[in-house]
Amino acid sequence: MNRQHVVIVGYGMAGARLADEMRTRDPGGEATRITMIGAEPHHAYNRVLLSSVLAGNLRHSTVLLHDERWAEDKGIDLRIGVGATALDPVASTVTLTDGGVVGYDILVLAMGSRPWLPPVEGLTTEGGGLADGALTFRMIDDCAEIRRRARPGSPVAVLGGGVLGVEAAKALAAGGAAVTVVHPGEHIMERQLDTRAARVLTRVLTGHDIDFRIAASAARYVPGAGLKLDDGSHVVAETVVVSAGVRAETSLADSAGLLVRRGIVVDDALRTNDRRIHAIGDCAEHRSTGAGLVQPAWEQARVLADLLTGADDAARYRGSRVVTRLKARGVDLTALGEPHTDPDEPGAEVLSFDDPVGCRYAKLVLREDRLTGAILLGFPDAAATIAQLHDRGTPAPRDRLGLLLGRSLPSGSPTAASPADLPANALVCRCNSVSKSALVDAWRTGATDGPALRAATRAATGCGSCGDTVQGIADWLADTA
Amino acid sequence: MPRSITATHCPYCALQCGMNLTGGTPEPVEVRPRDFPVNAGGLCQKGWTSPALLDSPSRLTAPLIREAGTLREASWDEALDLVATRLRALRAEHGADSVAVFGGGGLTNEKSYLLGKFARVALGTSRIDYNGRFCMSSAAAAATKAFGLDRGLPFPVTDLAGADAVLLAGANPAETMPPFLRHLRKARASGGLIVVDPRRTATAQQASLHLAPAPGTDVALALGILHAAVAEGRTDESYVAERTAGFDGLWRIAARYWPEHVERITGVAAAEQREAATLMAAAENAYVLTARGAEQHATGVDTVNAWINLALALGLPGKIGSGWGCLTGQGNGQGGREHGQKADQLPGYRSITDPAAREHVAKVWGVAEHTLPRQGSSAYELLDAIGTEGGPRALLVFGSNIAVSAPHSSNIADRLSTLDFLVTADIVLSETSALADVVFPVTQWAEEEGTLTNLEGRVLLRRKAIDPPATVRTDLAVIAGIARRLGQPPDRFPAEAETVFTELRAASKGGAADYSGISYDRLLRGEALHWPVPSAAHPGTPRLFLDTFATADGRARFVPVEHTGPSERADAEFPLLATTGRVLNHYQSGAQTRNIAALNTVEPEVYVEVHPDTADRAGLRHGDLARVRSRRGELIARVRWVSGIRADVVFLPFHYAGAQRANLLTNPALDPKSRMPEFKVCAVAIAPAKDTA
Repeated sequence: MNRQHVVIVGYGMAGARLADEMRTRDPGGEATRITMIGAEPHHAYNRVLLSSVLAGNLRHSTVLLHDERWAEDKGIDLRIGVGATALDPVASTVTLTDGGVVGYDILVLAMGSRPWLPPVEGLTTEGGGLADGALTFRMIDDCAEIRRRARPGSPVAVLGGGVLGVEAAKALAAGGAAVTVVHPGEHIMERQLDTRAARVLTRVLTGHDIDFRIAASAARYVPGAGLKLDDGSHVVAETVVVSAGVRAETSLADSAGLLVRRGIVVDDALRTNDRRIHAIGDCAEHRSTGAGLVQPAWEQARVLADLLTGADDAARYRGSRVVTRLKARGVDLTALGEPHTDPDEPGAEVLSFDDPVGCRYAKLVLREDRLTGAILLGFPDAAATIAQLHDRGTPAPRDRLGLLLGRSLPSGSPTAASPADLPANALVCRCNSVSKSALVDAWRTGATDGPALRAATRAATGCGSCGDTVQGIADWLADTA
Repeated sequence: MPRSITATHCPYCALQCGMNLTGGTPEPVEVRPRDFPVNAGGLCQKGWTSPALLDSPSRLTAPLIREAGTLREASWDEALDLVATRLRALRAEHGADSVAVFGGGGLTNEKSYLLGKFARVALGTSRIDYNGRFCMSSAAAAATKAFGLDRGLPFPVTDLAGADAVLLAGANPAETMPPFLRHLRKARASGGLIVVDPRRTATAQQASLHLAPAPGTDVALALGILHAAVAEGRTDESYVAERTAGFDGLWRIAARYWPEHVERITGVAAAEQREAATLMAAAENAYVLTARGAEQHATGVDTVNAWINLALALGLPGKIGSGWGCLTGQGNGQGGREHGQKADQLPGYRSITDPAAREHVAKVWGVAEHTLPRQGSSAYELLDAIGTEGGPRALLVFGSNIAVSAPHSSNIADRLSTLDFLVTADIVLSETSALADVVFPVTQWAEEEGTLTNLEGRVLLRRKAIDPPATVRTDLAVIAGIARRLGQPPDRFPAEAETVFTELRAASKGGAADYSGISYDRLLRGEALHWPVPSAAHPGTPRLFLDTFATADGRARFVPVEHTGPSERADAEFPLLATTGRVLNHYQSGAQTRNIAALNTVEPEVYVEVHPDTADRAGLRHGDLARVRSRRGELIARVRWVSGIRADVVFLPFHYAGAQRANLLTNPALDPKSRMPEFKVCAVAIAPAKDTA
């Protein structure tokens, strides 16, 4: 079999995962030869953990996905610090920023996304770069620069109150910066939260010393001074972190004439309209949905690895069930499915719990007993079960309140206040199968104190944990005898 | 004749509780707990009722020979002669490997040793393995990878009493070894008892933190907790730097298992993973303990290594007052795997593939090295090969009830039925013995002498307390009797336990599990001897790894493990995952405990624990009979509504026989390294029994 030369453009979470998955299936590289092109001057890193790096909990070296020997160990031709400038589908070549040209049998575009820069006067320079003091929060190098600037007490504005903006704001506030989030929408995290949830979250974050300017757009940025908003007010900021959303990185595909909508359009085999070119991760658009999260990207990498190595020619990607978890220490937020559903909508069962003072909010949407949407703020135990119900499409527990709380309500065996309240058949000593009635019987036949009860029935002679209960029954019998 | 008090140990689990026996024929034998370190004066119901089997009416008292389809009593000479004649003929016609031997983790060290020698020397077969393959081999393989040496607990069990945090992964000691919980009092009181189990077991009910992962997702969970410890700066960096190797390689994997991602895989809340990491890291003294719930998977070795990785990252192993350990299961689960009844091992925990080990053991046995067979196949594979071309034609079973305990047991029953010749040695007519051609009635615990090695690597002398029935013999005598009839010199296969032990000492000398300094005299004096004990003056090794690990460079290894999940997933036809385990009142296949009325009346029949929602949807009320089906078989079990079990999981105890065998359902997918079957996960469906009958 001819070794296929697979060129992966983009050495981020999707591309790195694809290479790993391919080598798991084809360890010796018998089926495939891999060339990996990465524009950032580092080995691939775990972008999901960047908010932890920003918060100072993890170091740069700790979030790297691969070590120095990775490419050599896996037999991969890795070019880092090199971008792709042109793609020629006819010649099957990619031109690189270092002038090199790489030919491919199969090309995989895993180029991710880039931050979207809102039209704010003064935010960008004439060259298209960001003005002094303005930064995006996307790459690992961004973290170091933001950390360097956002010293304790230093005023920072975060442009955009989506998931990433909120995570950045929380991490910066934890580091002592004076953070203001400027968000043009009606409420923060509109895509994931309904109005009431956003209200509670805003209150929680305000408690973490984050200021909000909601429904307000920045009109002008003045380095060193801050932002002027469209309502005429002013936000003082030495640093502006732009997290106003991302756009799929499609320029290479565009210029090569591939079908691109919001992302590079792919089918269930993750193939573009050119049979030999695939796309995965943030740059791809599958069934009208962009990835934007790591989990779909990894699932796509798995499917594509099956296809490219021949491990499973029938593998197909049919979409992911996405769960959003806010990564912000001290704030536990999960959102999934259809969170905006109106309680009055026919066919939908909507449960909600709104506790603005306790800073908790929960909303569950069910259809035909299946969970189809959820927002959970301040219910860390519940999220795990909810996500699994959503993933598997299994029927929801009957105990809806228990579902919200993440645990079933106590039932069946309430703790007896006194031995008198225990039912006669209650098992007191599991280790020796001794019931309360057996202890009472032993008492009546002469074992009239704790040690004698233990000797007669063997209760409390196993693990010993019922010792107090047995003594309590002895005392109770002594009192009532 | 009334007897004085005999200080001995319980016949059941690996805790080997100290007990005193008094009485004896004609008086009933009485048991009292003894103030021995492992049980500190405690006993569970199994221990208290253990003498009931001594004079049980179910007891076998004469050899049995199958004639015209039924078993009849025979004399010892007739039975032994028949076995020797048949084995000789099979060997002559089909070669030495046509005879296979199957041992057990309840056999004494002496029996394990002599059985291994018997297979290799008297039978010349490579086909010997034992039921420990079903219960502890994954931990053994994992510990060897990580530390270069496997001893269940590398510290005395009493050390646990000082722990303020203990993480139990897949262990339910409140039912399997109740007196053990006495050592966890401080951890419980400190709010540091963490239990990992898909069920809210009796042990989990006592925990401060109960993590209930989906079955088969422990690797991800352990990686998630490790990730949380790293992210919170809670690892012991100087320990990792000085005493371990391989952290970076593991971290490249663990970096991809952040708690929220792991939550998605396991169903354990990210917050709970972080809490576990914090509890463990903040403790002065912390332990990670694993048991069958971690091991009995097709990824059992990886799973145990995942938990060991966590212990290493927290800097626990090889320090006084903290560590990792495996809770062994069977009475001699530890010693049983050290002395040569495993397909890949020779006495002293030596590898059968190591030329120096072969040379040493061959010399002790007085045979040429090249006559020793090579490594044989593992337990399930050995049994599965019966009746196939070149497979075993005769099987000798000691101390095991494979008809009940092996996975996919209908297949094993099929295999056994194709044997030319099945021989067992048994106390009662177990389900396996009922299929045999020859059954030898053997002595049991209180009627014989021998050593066992408990869960902490401490060698114990189980003393004889009463005389056995006149017509039964020891397993050692059975082995010796067959060996002699196969032409072996009598002194090569002694039947006296102490004589065998003396030879075992020599064979183990210089091996990992070095028993050469242990003697019956020292044990009788009550010396606490944890192996290795390399000389008669050596005090034993209660704590391993304090200075160095047993690897070539003295460092413990982080083993890079990935989550792959169970080999069988739930699907539309089999939407639930079944897991199996023990109940307090029974032991293993139940061959002993089902014959003790006080135990069997408490739990007389198989049941299935089901979440009320799941049961209700299936139309099953508490107490109904349910038909539980897997791809391999089905059984009918009484439904118990249990709200503390995951709604996607059902549980069945595996102690019951015949149509009630939980192993009719289980999946024989094997771990690639330990060859342990995946008893703990298989996909099932449940329905009311009446509708599908």
